[in-house]
Amino acid sequence: MNLPVLDRLWVYLSASPLLYLLVTLLAFIAATRINRRLGGTPFLHPVIIAIVMLIGFLKLTRTDYATYFEGAQFIHFLLGPATVALAIPLYDYRERVRRMLLPILLGCGAGIVTAVTSTVGLAMLMGASRETVLTLAPRSVTSPIAMGIAEKLGGIPSLAAGLVLLTGSVGCALGPVIFRLVKVRDPSVQGFAMGLAAHGFGTAHSFSSIGAVAGAFAGLSMGLTGLFTAFLLPPIVHLFGL
Amino acid sequence: MPLILGMSILLGCQFIGEILVHALHLPVPGPVLGMAVLLVGLMVNGRVPAGLRTSGEGLLRYLTLLFVPAGVGIMVHFGLIEADFWPIVVTLVVSTALTLAVTAKVMERLTRSTPRDPRDALREDRS
Repeated sequence: MNLPVLDRLWVYLSASPLLYLLVTLLAFIAATRINRRLGGTPFLHPVIIAIVMLIGFLKLTRTDYATYFEGAQFIHFLLGPATVALAIPLYDYRERVRRMLLPILLGCGAGIVTAVTSTVGLAMLMGASRETVLTLAPRSVTSPIAMGIAEKLGGIPSLAAGLVLLTGSVGCALGPVIFRLVKVRDPSVQGFAMGLAAHGFGTAHSFSSIGAVAGAFAGLSMGLTGLFTAFLLPPIVHLFGL
Repeated sequence: MPLILGMSILLGCQFIGEILVHALHLPVPGPVLGMAVLLVGLMVNGRVPAGLRTSGEGLLRYLTLLFVPAGVGIMVHFGLIEADFWPIVVTLVVSTALTLAVTAKVMERLTRSTPRDPRDALREDRS
């Protein structure tokens, strides 16, 4: 094949959504393999690796994000129904929730207030711009919900998604250290804290490295945190005058 | 067919959620309200239909993949991240550590003070 033909083929392919949909899936598969090779470290989560690879690919081929998103939007769209599906694990744990309703609600409330006030307070103290603060605010909530909240608040949804992912990695790495420091050993409590502070990453991490009970509680707190934060965050942010 | 039914339930709940958010001017994303709608629906129904479980759990299993397209969008914001690099890094690390510690401590205190039903242990084994 000579160069002009390749060139024309590229022009044709890059104009269709197919290419970017396929590239996204391939990048994710490759990233999952790389992460497994590295022993499943939370610092280099498959999602982070996939994003870095895709950004590299787009920069190399001089493709802008809007063009990429035409193809990738088919994957992105599924975030909506996936958020709705979080109701299923919540329903599965309804018995446990009913039994521990008070500790769960208070723990969830305390966690959310800590997450939001410390995030907004610190970011403002260190002189971050208003846009950055509003984008950071929902960072401990699972991505689809965080993006929705950031959009409603006046933050930047795609940046919020990135920060949520980073929060997840940081939470998985910090979790074991923090639990040792505050001397908390109960796996259900550890899982609950992981799900609250590090959403889906924390949930996956709890399942794989603490145990099934921890994973179940992480899933529960992730769902509850998402739901409550959506309601609690706008008034808290208003308190900070934003 | 069950998969299609499951997907329709998920999209239907999201649709109701979006309509409610727009009609009532709520500060909540549509899918979040959709999640609440589905939860109420499941409580009323009393069980999770098989098709809904297959499609819902399938989506949740690959939840991390779904973040990728939005995450790549970070490339548009390198300027903003550069400008606020330290506030972002410090906030992420410190606030996440604080959140983990406070949540774990509060939950531990509260669960220890609730009198435990000895039957709970049995029930937990079975679930």
